[in-house]
Amino acid sequence: MSQLDDLKNAIKSHLGELECVIGWEQGYDPLHATPLFIRTEADLERLIIGPLAVHNLVTYLTGFKGKKIGVVVKGCDSKSVIQLLNENLIKREEVVIFGLCCDGVVSQRKIRAALPADPGFVESVDIGASDLKVTVAGQAATLKLAGVLADKCLICATPDAIISDVLIGTAHTPAPAASLACQDEFEAKSDAEKLAFWQETMSRCIRCYACRNACPMCVCRDYCIATSRDPLWISQDNSPAENMMFQMVHVSHLAGRCTECGECERACPVDIPLMLLRRYMNKQVKDVFELQAGTALEQTPPLLTFKVEEERINERGW
Amino acid sequence: MPAQDVRELRIVGFLCNWCSYGGADTAGVSRFTQPTDLRIIRVPCSGRIDPLFIVRSLMNGADGVLVSGCHPRDCHYAEGNFYARRRLEMLKRFLPITGIDARRFEFTWVSASEGQRWQHVVTEFTRRIHELGPAPTFNPASEADWNTLAVKAGQGQTCPCHG
Repeated sequence: MSQLDDLKNAIKSHLGELECVIGWEQGYDPLHATPLFIRTEADLERLIIGPLAVHNLVTYLTGFKGKKIGVVVKGCDSKSVIQLLNENLIKREEVVIFGLCCDGVVSQRKIRAALPADPGFVESVDIGASDLKVTVAGQAATLKLAGVLADKCLICATPDAIISDVLIGTAHTPAPAASLACQDEFEAKSDAEKLAFWQETMSRCIRCYACRNACPMCVCRDYCIATSRDPLWISQDNSPAENMMFQMVHVSHLAGRCTECGECERACPVDIPLMLLRRYMNKQVKDVFELQAGTALEQTPPLLTFKVEEERINERGW
Repeated sequence: MPAQDVRELRIVGFLCNWCSYGGADTAGVSRFTQPTDLRIIRVPCSGRIDPLFIVRSLMNGADGVLVSGCHPRDCHYAEGNFYARRRLEMLKRFLPITGIDARRFEFTWVSASEGQRWQHVVTEFTRRIHELGPAPTFNPASEADWNTLAVKAGQGQTCPCHG
């Protein structure tokens, strides 16, 4: 029995007690998946898993207030569940977690860059053990999966769901890279280079707020301070400064809460490398508080509490 | 005052009402002179300070931001400065990745009796900001610069990982 069959059977046995189970199905073309809300056994037939199932389905959980929901999670997604539980934004008894042991997901951006032609119409996709054969406009291209894996998968220390009611698949011994080359390269730049980089990158930003809407930890919805106070924190001026201000707001509000699921960067329609900011903030949180969001239950987010003596904060420095 | 510093830079100060504002007042009463670049904003407690106040000030063109509160364990409201300490430490550590020089932001604790220490803090911080010079703007400075930016952005990404 394949992993998918095991998962379908597990979901089938819980379907009666749940409002719905959130998984993935094939999307608008063979190269894309899309979230699937399973309410009947007929819906269940369309469920898929695998490297194309990139979406963090936990984003939907906070929208289903008071209802009992099932959700399929990869290792990274399970960290979002733990973080939501730690912040009392969902109740443990209101969610049934179907955990997967994940082999990694693709980055659609990397696939686009690796294909010889603009993938206008993808005719078919064959997923092998270590490669991906994509047929576009009559031409077949074989890509190595390792070359198109999402950045987060290269440094993933939790490929298997760390919280679940049912765990599907064979456990991994994770051997992640210590850090991402692009992150290190960016951090080594000078202040002036970084400023110029963000000035240019943020001039592409259209303030669609897709990054905010895709984030599982963003639950303020209509009351988000980026758009709803009087006086406004951010003006409607679409300049790099205002666009960067929004990122400052978002990252400040995610400090100690971001689980690096990468949905923000994936959602960005103009490919802004938002994760550069978030990975850096998380490094600081780990350095000062020795905590990583979403890795352990019963962990109070560090900025929601304090200690009288802080070991790693030197405020008497000058 | 130094003869070469003719131009005053814009330094914003967020001071807690009880200890730090009192400390600044003590410095004034004792006639300690300090550079006049600092523009003080009084808040009830350093815990009231949202890190975004500092960020907004810097993005709006402040050359430096100074925050001062009661010493830990001496907060007028008992715990406010404990929260402030955590938040402001995270902000200070975050600024480098944005390209903003983290030396333009500092937070410290000055009590109401520490007039001389206040003089030292303000003089020292103002000197540091003058050394760093006016802050670079996040937005292009001239029409020509805006146009250059638009052209560069249109040509594609320069991110190390995004091509």
